[in-house]
Amino acid sequence: MTRHSRVLGVLGAIALATSFTACGGSGSSSSGNSNGGGGGGGTSALKAPMQDAKLPSKIGAGEGKLNLIAWEGYAQPQWVKPFEKQSGCKVSAKYAGSSSEMVSLMKDGGGGQYDLVSASGDADLRLIYSGDVRPVNVKLLPQWKNLQPFLKSPDFNTIDGKHYGISYEFGPNVLLYNTKTFSKAPTSWSAIYDKKYSGKVTVPNNPIQIADAALYLSKSKPNLGIKDPYELNQKQFNAAVSLLKKQRPLIKKYWDLASQEINLFQSNATVVGAAWPYQTNTLRAAKVPVSDTIPKEGATGWADTWMLASKAPHPNCAYKWINWVSTPKVQAQQAIYFGETPANKLACPEMDKIAKGSCAQYHANEPASYFDSIKFWKTPLPQCGNGKNDCVPFAKWQNAWTQITG
Amino acid sequence: MTTQQAPSRGRVAATLWRRPWLRGLLTLSPPLLWFLVIYFVSLVVMLITAFWSVNPLTNALQHTWSLDNFRQIFTGTYLSIIGRTILLAAVVTITDIVIAFPIAFYMARVAGPRARSILFTLSVLPLWASYLARVYAWIVILQKGGALSWTTQKLGLGPVDIGYTNIAMWIVFSYIWLPYMITPIFGALERIPDSYLEASSDLGARGRRTLRHVILPLALPGVAAGSIFTFSLTLGDFITPILIGGTGSSFIGNVIYSNIGVAGNLPFAAALSVVPIVIMIVYLVGARAVGAFEDVT
Amino acid sequence: MNTTTRTGRILLRVWVALVLIFLFLPILIVIVYAFNKSNVQRWPIPGFSTKWFSVAWHDHAVRSSLILSVKAGLIATAIALVLGSLAAFGVHRFRFFGRETVSFLLVLPLALPGIITGIALNSAFHFAGIDLSLLTIVVGHATFCIVVVYNNVIARLRQTSGSMTEASMDLGARPWQTFRFVTLPTLSTALVSGGLLAFALSFDEVIVTTFTAGAQNTLPLWIFGALRLGQQLPEVNVVILFVLAVTIIPVAASSRLMSRGGIR
Repeated sequence: MTRHSRVLGVLGAIALATSFTACGGSGSSSSGNSNGGGGGGGTSALKAPMQDAKLPSKIGAGEGKLNLIAWEGYAQPQWVKPFEKQSGCKVSAKYAGSSSEMVSLMKDGGGGQYDLVSASGDADLRLIYSGDVRPVNVKLLPQWKNLQPFLKSPDFNTIDGKHYGISYEFGPNVLLYNTKTFSKAPTSWSAIYDKKYSGKVTVPNNPIQIADAALYLSKSKPNLGIKDPYELNQKQFNAAVSLLKKQRPLIKKYWDLASQEINLFQSNATVVGAAWPYQTNTLRAAKVPVSDTIPKEGATGWADTWMLASKAPHPNCAYKWINWVSTPKVQAQQAIYFGETPANKLACPEMDKIAKGSCAQYHANEPASYFDSIKFWKTPLPQCGNGKNDCVPFAKWQNAWTQITG
Repeated sequence: MTTQQAPSRGRVAATLWRRPWLRGLLTLSPPLLWFLVIYFVSLVVMLITAFWSVNPLTNALQHTWSLDNFRQIFTGTYLSIIGRTILLAAVVTITDIVIAFPIAFYMARVAGPRARSILFTLSVLPLWASYLARVYAWIVILQKGGALSWTTQKLGLGPVDIGYTNIAMWIVFSYIWLPYMITPIFGALERIPDSYLEASSDLGARGRRTLRHVILPLALPGVAAGSIFTFSLTLGDFITPILIGGTGSSFIGNVIYSNIGVAGNLPFAAALSVVPIVIMIVYLVGARAVGAFEDVT
Repeated sequence: MNTTTRTGRILLRVWVALVLIFLFLPILIVIVYAFNKSNVQRWPIPGFSTKWFSVAWHDHAVRSSLILSVKAGLIATAIALVLGSLAAFGVHRFRFFGRETVSFLLVLPLALPGIITGIALNSAFHFAGIDLSLLTIVVGHATFCIVVVYNNVIARLRQTSGSMTEASMDLGARPWQTFRFVTLPTLSTALVSGGLLAFALSFDEVIVTTFTAGAQNTLPLWIFGALRLGQQLPEVNVVILFVLAVTIIPVAASSRLMSRGGIR
């Protein structure tokens, strides 16, 4: 975002404002078709502002502090405390519940405030192309070579050979259900659209949910021709929105905070819903009878990268953190805690050490086919991968979502 | 005033005395400058962006002038959200007036000085217990299987689940802003001289008539002042709808928040802000007509 | 008082009791759940434990957010006391063009919803290239604190007569002496109550602060983050209990001051 001169008076503001030239339309990226979210192939028209930023040649002394923007559950004391002791960097985490929130917090290169953000695929490209994140030197990150091959340079965080952070973990959005209500795991996402559970359903309060509806429709109404739930033409988009409008009377609450969904299930106010595995794990730890599953239509999901802010005030601590959370042990701890899959190949044995069978449960060493089966979050853009430009952009998703939930 | 030779200190004082406009300027310029430069300019700049749009990928502002944002607001769902917000703000205000008036009356006119001081402390103390924590405590009370349901079941009335509903929001909002309504009403009632009430009864009016024709009108400015708080705080809130509201509980504040704090769409959020600004200015003008600013507490 | 009958007084007392229960019930819940054994807020409470007190004590995030809130509150209140009193004096003492408008506009920061102030300030800082920090938090808080102090001081000024200041000047006092020995004492209770209310508003403020704080957390921001996580809820309750305990005394003292000076 270009920086404007200081605004002095009302008249000065107006005068300045009218003197600005229009920033021009969105010469934005095409959305490629890679499942890794974002797709970088067709972004030839765009230049990443920070791509020529100087890379450090070594990690210096820690600055004593580290400011993270993270998903709830990504900065737990069990791996934060040892890190603080070992590096001397005191960690402070600001939680965000959606990619859009993260992008918003990270504006202006993190505003000179934040060092790292655990951004998902749909936030990554937006951050890269607004110059809010800078490339990292993977030579300083010894665990990078141990990452799964498909996560070393995925097109949601690596542009033109520059790595804007390293892949962290990934996982699916699951169907969470009460085991007392469902004697067997539901096999289809139709469970959250079923009138039988009216008033007892919950889904995230996030416009990206439209993609989940589209994913369900891609299998239940194949004649709509939905291939990518994030690239929807107007007809497909309207179908998804209309499905969600029909779902609305069934919803008890659209959850904004992970703790809300946890509360809804533990008080038995809801019996089925869309969730992150984090909620399942927290509820099971509190002995609430729930379980989760990935229904036959598949799942949307997130693939997270720790990205370095362009104006990070504590870059050395940031590099230390990335190194720390990429080690097999911490990868294992995070994976089990949140219920996701680690990017580090060597995490699997560590996971089984902590919780037997967890490596297989969270698909830790499965080949790329598992990764490709998840429809990772991607920023919906007008440019569809099929060469056409008639897909619905995210601003319209936001608007439609307000109409659905309002 | 004397114009004889005075020591330098006195000269400054004398100059200031002789030029009241200079005194006025010096007194008023620091606060006014603060307001103008920091508050009003920010507001105006933000409102200007309402006519712009954002780049879909990078969220950068695009200075293309249009009324699209405003056109979008005055359609379907947005209008119903605005209507719901205003309605709930009004209902909460009325509820708070009804709850606060008797206790303010008791504190101001019936209680002894010691009781008055204790009651005043007690009615202000909740403001120190963190808005977030108090709202969150209501979830424990109102949720399914919560304290309220437990109580109604013990009373044989069966379970009750009003968690995440507009009723819950009404209860919580009325609760949270209650101290802001008690204080100004109390202030207004306290200021009524006893002589007025004596005169009224001397002229033959009994308790209820005095209440209606003497006390209530004199308390009106306090009620209006308190209502500014409860109305405006409810109108702009987005946190309680997130924590306590269910489907169909979104407020103007929520839509603004999801467009700025989340989607980074400043122009649309700015356009939405015009609505509460206009509503509150209208409300303030009305409150001023009723005398809310005369003896503001 | 002969405006109320005996039954009237009894009914009023019942009402007062009910309102007090209503006001303090959630606070009681907050306090009880500070001793919650489990971190899930279920009813009835699963069990009691004091372990969260030590968790809160050792949590450096709590300590730094508490200190930041106090710092921001003190600075914002100080600014508000000065600027709010100046504004009150200016509007009360001088007749000038646009006086009505000024006194009307000075209420706006409190009357307009906090989210609007928040995003206006946030975008202004962004355009001006100012990074978010304690400074920007203070600026946001001071803006509405000024209004609170202004309201209190101007209400008191309207109650006091100007003849005292004139008499003081007639007796030869310099403006500064007049201010120190005549004006300030009459205003003192208004300043204290205004300052205390301003501090309370700043300390508990979350909406404007969400938009004006950078990576640092004030106490309300920390609480909101803890609520999102849902893992350490009793710790939040412990912190609130602590704040309540610490503030009972100044609040009680100030309310006694106020009832003595006649309200404000």
